[in-house]
Amino acid sequence: MIAYLLALADDALVSSQRLGWWISRAPQLEEDVALANIGLDQLGQARSLLTYAAGLEAAGRDEDDLAYFRDEREFRNVCLVERPMTDFGVAMARLLLFSTWQHELYTRLTGSTDETVSAIAAKAVKETAYHRDHAQHWVIRLGDGTEQSHDRMQAALDAEWPWLAELFDSSFLDPGLVESGVAVDPAALAEPVSAGVAAVVAEATLDLPDAPPAHSRGRHGLHTEHFGFLLAELQHLARSHPGVTW
Amino acid sequence: MSATLQRTRAWQVAAGVPDPELPVVTIEDLGILREVTEDDQGRVHVQITPTYSGCPAMETIREDLVAALTAEGYLGVTVEFVLSPAWTTDDLTETGRARLAAHGIAPPGPAPGAAGGPVALRLSVRCPRCGSPDTRELSRFGSTSCKALWVCQACREPFDHFKAH
Repeated sequence: MIAYLLALADDALVSSQRLGWWISRAPQLEEDVALANIGLDQLGQARSLLTYAAGLEAAGRDEDDLAYFRDEREFRNVCLVERPMTDFGVAMARLLLFSTWQHELYTRLTGSTDETVSAIAAKAVKETAYHRDHAQHWVIRLGDGTEQSHDRMQAALDAEWPWLAELFDSSFLDPGLVESGVAVDPAALAEPVSAGVAAVVAEATLDLPDAPPAHSRGRHGLHTEHFGFLLAELQHLARSHPGVTW
Repeated sequence: MSATLQRTRAWQVAAGVPDPELPVVTIEDLGILREVTEDDQGRVHVQITPTYSGCPAMETIREDLVAALTAEGYLGVTVEFVLSPAWTTDDLTETGRARLAAHGIAPPGPAPGAAGGPVALRLSVRCPRCGSPDTRELSRFGSTSCKALWVCQACREPFDHFKAH
């Protein structure tokens, strides 16, 4: 159960950290604000999930301990969200994949037999619908835009697509959680998420990549070379000044 | 023994706490004050719910609630965050909507339907300054999670719109 909560929490936390990088770097001021808002929603989802995980663990840790004092191998996020993104097209391609998946996931988790999971999902589902909507607008605008924006959007989609498959990896999850209705089988999300993305890709006049999945094992604690640098930035303050508060 | 004290003195004190980011409305106006109970020792327990998962105002509201109730003589004030049922903009009170509009923030229309549905098309948003329905969205995200930025085509003034959620 804790592994499942950490996986969902770490996806949201790490995605939020990457989106924060865009503040002051997005193509428009409005987009700085948009990506900050989306990251803030994801951070809130991560906080709720980490707080619940820490309570179940009952080891005297809280959400901050889990966010700031775990090492790289203890994080369970997929590699999709941890890779750097310096191209706005990549940011939107990734947000499309991630928010489409999050929205499908949380829609189903509103019916979780675990009351806390269901309550967290009921809030997240409304937020992720708005994030997905935002990503869809941009992917369509850029894909069906100028020759240059089309080519960059296609390149971004090609780069992100192989990392999508890890979100459907069930191998880390206790099958009992799916049977008892607490969790959603990640594999069951593959079809609806792919279909949702494909519809947007078609409207954006882009081609759906057919590249094989990347060898991605973030759910098992094996991350890309970029992740340590992300954690160093995320955890630096809390580790240098333990107990620091605003 | 504890009892729900809606509309009692403890509720009224809690209900008067303003939202730190939108101080023209109280937490009661916003519909995020869920329950205020007092046990026979005089300890008050308050339940509030966040608007958005990442709403950064929650800690400040907690501190403001403790300060306001303590100042009124209540001791042992505790504040609990509850998630269920999820807050929606339909929880805003009529007073809250009127106060937002008077402050130049266009209040939300009806919240989008059941979870999982598409983001609903909005009806025309009236300019809170001149009342014209001839307005358009400038940015889907605004200065706080709960607002979007709009502009009036009639009087040309930009304004905040409280997003239906």
